[in-house]
Amino acid sequence: MKDFVLPDDRDLGTPARKGPPVTLTIDGFAVTVPAGTSIMRAAFEAGIPVPKLCATDSVEAFGSCRLCLVEIEGRPGTPASCTTPVAEGMVVHTQTARLKKLRKGVMELYISDHPLDCLTCAANGDCELQDMAGVVGLREVRYAPGANHFEDRCGEAANPLFLPKDDSNPYFSYDPQKCIVCSRCVRACEEVQGTFALTIAGRGFDSRVSPGMAEPFLQSECVSCGACVQACPTATLSEKSVAEIGTPDRSVITTCAYCGVGCSFKAELRGDELVRMVPWKHGKANRGHSCVKGRFAWGYAQHRDRILKPMIRDRIDEPWREVTWDEAFAHTARRFREIQARHGRGAIGGITSSRCTNEETYLVQKMIRGTFGNNNVDTCARVCHSPTGYGLKQTFGTSAGTQDFDSVEQADVVIVIGANPTDGHPVFASRLKKRLRQGAKLIVIDPRRIDLVRSPHVEAAHHLALMPGTNVAVLTAMAHVIVTEGLVDEAFVRARCDWESFQDWAAFVADPSRSPEATEKLTRVPAAELRAAARLYATGGNGAIYYGLGVTEHSQGSTTVMAIANLAMATGNIGRPGVGVNPLRGQNNVQGSCDMGSFPHELPGYRHVHDDTARAIYESLWGTPIDPEPGLRIPNMLDEAVAGRFKGIYIQGEDILQSDPDTRHVAAGLAAMECVVVQDLFLNETATYAHVFLPGATFLEKDGTFTNAERRINRVRRVMAPLPGLADWEVTQRLAQAMGAQWHYNHPAEIMAEIAATTPTFAGVSYELLDREGSVQWPCNAAAPQGTPVMHVDAFVRGKGRFILTDYVPTDERTGPRFPLLLTTGRILSQYNVGAQTRRTANSTWHAEDLLEIHPHDAEVRGIREGQLVRLASRSGETTLRATITDRVAPGVVYTTFHHPETQANVVTTDFSDWATNCPEYKVTAVQVSPTNGPSDWQRDYAAHAEASRRIAHAAE
Amino acid sequence: MNAQATPPGLADRVREIVADYADLEGPLLPILHEVQAAFGHVPQAALPVIAEALNLTRAEVFGVMTFYHDFRSEPAGRHVLKLCRAEACQASGGDAVAAAVRARLGVDWHGTTRDGAVTLEPVFCLGLCACGPAGMFDGRLLARLDPAAAEALLTEAGA
Repeated sequence: MKDFVLPDDRDLGTPARKGPPVTLTIDGFAVTVPAGTSIMRAAFEAGIPVPKLCATDSVEAFGSCRLCLVEIEGRPGTPASCTTPVAEGMVVHTQTARLKKLRKGVMELYISDHPLDCLTCAANGDCELQDMAGVVGLREVRYAPGANHFEDRCGEAANPLFLPKDDSNPYFSYDPQKCIVCSRCVRACEEVQGTFALTIAGRGFDSRVSPGMAEPFLQSECVSCGACVQACPTATLSEKSVAEIGTPDRSVITTCAYCGVGCSFKAELRGDELVRMVPWKHGKANRGHSCVKGRFAWGYAQHRDRILKPMIRDRIDEPWREVTWDEAFAHTARRFREIQARHGRGAIGGITSSRCTNEETYLVQKMIRGTFGNNNVDTCARVCHSPTGYGLKQTFGTSAGTQDFDSVEQADVVIVIGANPTDGHPVFASRLKKRLRQGAKLIVIDPRRIDLVRSPHVEAAHHLALMPGTNVAVLTAMAHVIVTEGLVDEAFVRARCDWESFQDWAAFVADPSRSPEATEKLTRVPAAELRAAARLYATGGNGAIYYGLGVTEHSQGSTTVMAIANLAMATGNIGRPGVGVNPLRGQNNVQGSCDMGSFPHELPGYRHVHDDTARAIYESLWGTPIDPEPGLRIPNMLDEAVAGRFKGIYIQGEDILQSDPDTRHVAAGLAAMECVVVQDLFLNETATYAHVFLPGATFLEKDGTFTNAERRINRVRRVMAPLPGLADWEVTQRLAQAMGAQWHYNHPAEIMAEIAATTPTFAGVSYELLDREGSVQWPCNAAAPQGTPVMHVDAFVRGKGRFILTDYVPTDERTGPRFPLLLTTGRILSQYNVGAQTRRTANSTWHAEDLLEIHPHDAEVRGIREGQLVRLASRSGETTLRATITDRVAPGVVYTTFHHPETQANVVTTDFSDWATNCPEYKVTAVQVSPTNGPSDWQRDYAAHAEASRRIAHAAE
Repeated sequence: MNAQATPPGLADRVREIVADYADLEGPLLPILHEVQAAFGHVPQAALPVIAEALNLTRAEVFGVMTFYHDFRSEPAGRHVLKLCRAEACQASGGDAVAAAVRARLGVDWHGTTRDGAVTLEPVFCLGLCACGPAGMFDGRLLARLDPAAAEALLTEAGA
């Protein structure tokens, strides 16, 4: 770990241990550490740094560099302090004449095979080898020049041991001539990331770090998580940005703005230039790990496509006109008020963003409820995890996951359903894989053979490859097995759950029609396999369920969430570490945007707008009445727009045209509005239908908080000034002020103070607390001043856990002769959501276009070859993309991602949605696939429209 | 790495070998030995097949294979002569044997004669220190070697 910025970021050499206290003496100082701790770590904790090269506290000790030798009284020799555990009463000396001589000799050998180009080296000033040479007092290297790995020539001939620098990865380089073969990269890849892409090839003097079979990094099994780069003590593996810019000299701790894991990062800068993002090892969600997105894909923040000036236009076929902020606010306020005057108060609304901070989201809903005077506020959670909110509220009483991510370290059986963590939530996946390598069992319920089903060192005990759309039938069949085979944890159910609802549920699931055998035809899951999986979950120890959008984005999404909750309650897997029901949230702040009252029927803290008490709190604080009736959801807004009754919308940081289902309908809705206001970093797809564009600020440019999938409120800290001049919360505030609002926040901390003062679950949250604790999981209030890592410990939030009947109702979206295949959609590691950010980074090296996965049988009968352009058609529309032939998908199922606007997979998806929450059924669409020669009409028309509507008439300066 | 032609049917044969040893604890080394026995070397194309079958990465299999000098990435000559280069054999005249053999074959260590007859390899201790210089010819141990004995051996082998 290259630690030169923050004092408490010291590398303690070896990982922490838990155990009874042991006291020893190091260089005359008494030190008390947990049993099992290494002498090295004990010494570091005592403030005595032992020289070291191969040890770093992110990986287990290895004992290869022989620099950390110590002497222990009463023991022979000079053992390595990294691999020697402490013992009671031990007396250790870290600096003796003998040790000094040995260390100097070791360093001399290292330096004899290392280039002495420190001044021009990218790691100059940030190199542990350089540091250690100084630490041991190396003053000369007595070895004569000879065989080495760092000179490209030996005499006249080429040096056969010299390997050229590997620049194949877009973000970091591998320079073998700087390598000291400490194995830290290999071990980080194995222990931290769990990919095992690196090895040491050869032995002795021939030892080399080898990606794959001595391949370039990009072609190896490497997933570019950056763990090896972080672990490297020299310039061997280093960020290209550091080589280009120089070493950073200040840093800010902040939170990643990609997925719902919410990793903490140290943004390292020179001046206001970001040099690199390094995972923060004290981050409680990621524990010092990262993925290719958060670690490297931040270049979009400086991308030339960023729009930095507000723009307006009267019609969407006109070019954009750049205006001042004041003009933009006055114009928008006037248009919105005109619309309301003509079409009624409810003719406008807004969408909050799951990408923006809690404070920004809170302000948007405040503006809509308080200033617009209606409840027409919704959020992109509508299209992802709204069923989670509904389902868990009904069963447990709270709309959130039950655990923290640390909990997975104590899980014995893990069910992953409708989620693909290695692509969608990579840092959580690494933590899960670590637990699986320790012996925990895995059950995967997914139509596709995702990487977790079988990838190096991980193999699912059971993969239930169900037909898309049959989640409820499968989970209910598992419940059937648990109930009929007597595997229910009756003591837990009697003590903690509503017994009557349990009995109803038990009778319901026990019905023979819900047995695995009865539903096998429908679900295509072999009954014996399903039974075995159910038994394993019920009896295998701590059972934890992690799920994603493959659960929620169905017509029965809410039912599936409740079925999951039922299983957890019936088996007693709730209320302690290692168990629980854990939604893997798609976006950085989906949890937060839901918490902040983004839904049309809920005020912050999930209090219904019917609730007079809750409404009164805000009415008195804001000095304005709040409509007691719920407002419009996103699909309703679009329907009303098409019907001519909804005319204006303020969309903060969401690209509904690309991300929402049935693109044509979204386009028609937007086209029917008179004033579409888009606030975003880029002219996104939705902005092609907008009349006002307000430039957004990236997460690097503002203060605030994000709430991740484990309810953890993490600070987002301003790293640099907002490029457009205003942070997003300021934009909302100025717009609201232009419409007459009387609020004047000077800093997001004041907004959080208002949230805390008005929302019981956030009562204890303040920026002071977050700065002190690093982060906190809500509920955080008088009853839990430090927050709540595990929920429902002694009682459910709603009192008794409630079992809900989960009747399987097949979706109306059926396959038939015209559309015989089922399409399901998902994500890939290197790209994120609609790709607005990741497509503007080198991450596109890994995934340049969306591909359609199709089974070899289905491809063959259609005459489809690998890489061929195919037409993907459904009842809603059609698009074209390239096919890739794979048996990861079952026959009858096809799969694609939705990262690229050229593909617009959502042209194909239908407007079917979850019965309770309208969450769209992205995961099931009946389609046909056939070879084609060119793009669909929609793609051609849309491309023309998008190009025309992005013209900007720059103001004459 | 070396871009060698993949022997036909390689993947199937490797999978058969893996299946034979898959039940062992730590089957990788026996599998690599068997692959080498089957093909005369461990073709690089075999490594991803082994990795896939054992649920390892190809990096790991490559790391193991390259760690052991006995696993060769290229086919050897028709015969393999190993000469012990460890201290005891050097002390008992091993250097002279080595020099004579290298001169006779016209190859250096790890080299194969141009006609493909013999591959010469160094080895570090065959456990015959009491009767060195020691060697091994196609798996058969040789003791008390001298230049003349080596010459006779190579002549018989047709080198």
